[in-house]
Amino acid sequence: MSETPDPNRARLEVRSLHLWRGDRHLLRGVSLTVEAGELLQIMGPNGVGKTSLLRCIAGLLPMETGEVEWRGQSIQRSRETYCQQLAYLAHFNALKADLTAIENLRYGVGLRRQVSTEQLRGILERMQLAACTELPVRALSAGQKRRLAIARILLTDALLWVLDEPITNLDAAGIALFEGCMAEHVARGGLILTAAHQQLLQGRPNVRTLELN
Amino acid sequence: MQPGLLQLLGLVMGRDLRLALRHWDQVIQPLIFFVIITTLFPLAISPALDELRRIAPGVVWVAAMLAALLALESLFRPDVEDGTMEQWTLSGQPLSVMLLAKTVTHWLLAGLPIVVMAPLVGTALGMPSSTWLVLAGSLALGTASLSVLGAIGAALTVAVRRGSVLLALLVLPLEMPVLIFGARAVDLAMQGEPVAAPLNLLGALLLLFISLGPFAMAAAMRISVET
Repeated sequence: MSETPDPNRARLEVRSLHLWRGDRHLLRGVSLTVEAGELLQIMGPNGVGKTSLLRCIAGLLPMETGEVEWRGQSIQRSRETYCQQLAYLAHFNALKADLTAIENLRYGVGLRRQVSTEQLRGILERMQLAACTELPVRALSAGQKRRLAIARILLTDALLWVLDEPITNLDAAGIALFEGCMAEHVARGGLILTAAHQQLLQGRPNVRTLELN
Repeated sequence: MQPGLLQLLGLVMGRDLRLALRHWDQVIQPLIFFVIITTLFPLAISPALDELRRIAPGVVWVAAMLAALLALESLFRPDVEDGTMEQWTLSGQPLSVMLLAKTVTHWLLAGLPIVVMAPLVGTALGMPSSTWLVLAGSLALGTASLSVLGAIGAALTVAVRRGSVLLALLVLPLEMPVLIFGARAVDLAMQGEPVAAPLNLLGALLLLFISLGPFAMAAAMRISVET
């Protein structure tokens, strides 16, 4: 293959990533690529290092050896541009219990881009949270909090989604709704990297699975 | 369209002020602590104003310093624990500006009330009204320095479980110059002597801390989040 890689093409590449946690050699040379319009699912038993891998890729955890490249550039070198195109959903929802749903969204997304109240209300409606708009987040159920965290990802307008167990606490309707959002993102040429215990978007052509063990 | 730096400052400060408003009972704790400590001294030492007047500058300053320390523990911890800080480090925006905004808000909520309350407390300890201005001024400069220094310490220790003792050990020695010059300024004012020298030094310390502090905070916070 002699094609030269287009530097502007959105592409995430991880090469032989090693990570130790304490004296445990957790990740032993993990390599993966995600192309534009693709969803890569990382599967594996608990404690195998899925979260650590995603944190490394998001740049939250320094890796021992290996390389994470976004658009052909190391993410350490182009950290700022990488972060602007990255949306990361962690185990924690990063919500403030004392703020209302819409305030949480406004402050969460507002750091990255300016959003109007109509946009905020629109996304809350889409995630079926319209009734909770003015409720403090402490009054929301665990599933509703997760939906709110997902709403933040959707509003961020990022190209690359890194999602750690995104469907935790979601009910069947919530999962279907979220799968619809993911399919839409992939169809638009977005990239999704997710760790989950359950197959998402099963049977679609641009969905791949990576087993960690 | 990414928000500019000033908008970013406003956004973070607005968020923190709104959060403080929703649990104001926690926010006024440093102020109550400050008043309690200073009112204990007349009971423990002597109600004679002559004697109190001698120790008043030191008492007010030490109490202000400890009260400032009290509020530091909760400066960054909630945001780190619920994952907000992680999102901030990944926002592509300068973390130093966001942490500075948090520190300024912290001073408005924990430092400024003490500055306002100090003349009242000073009067109760026998300080003449001619010293009010110097007392409030030195405390305003000093508590702001303490907030910045404390925020660096808080960012360093936020990943440590129950790190409040470590935080005190780390921050208090660095705060000594502020305490010395602050108490000295009030002391000089009570003796009717010129106070420009210690006040200038306090101002210089504040400028130093505020210009370099945010970068130290951001570096410390990145280390704390990377665990």
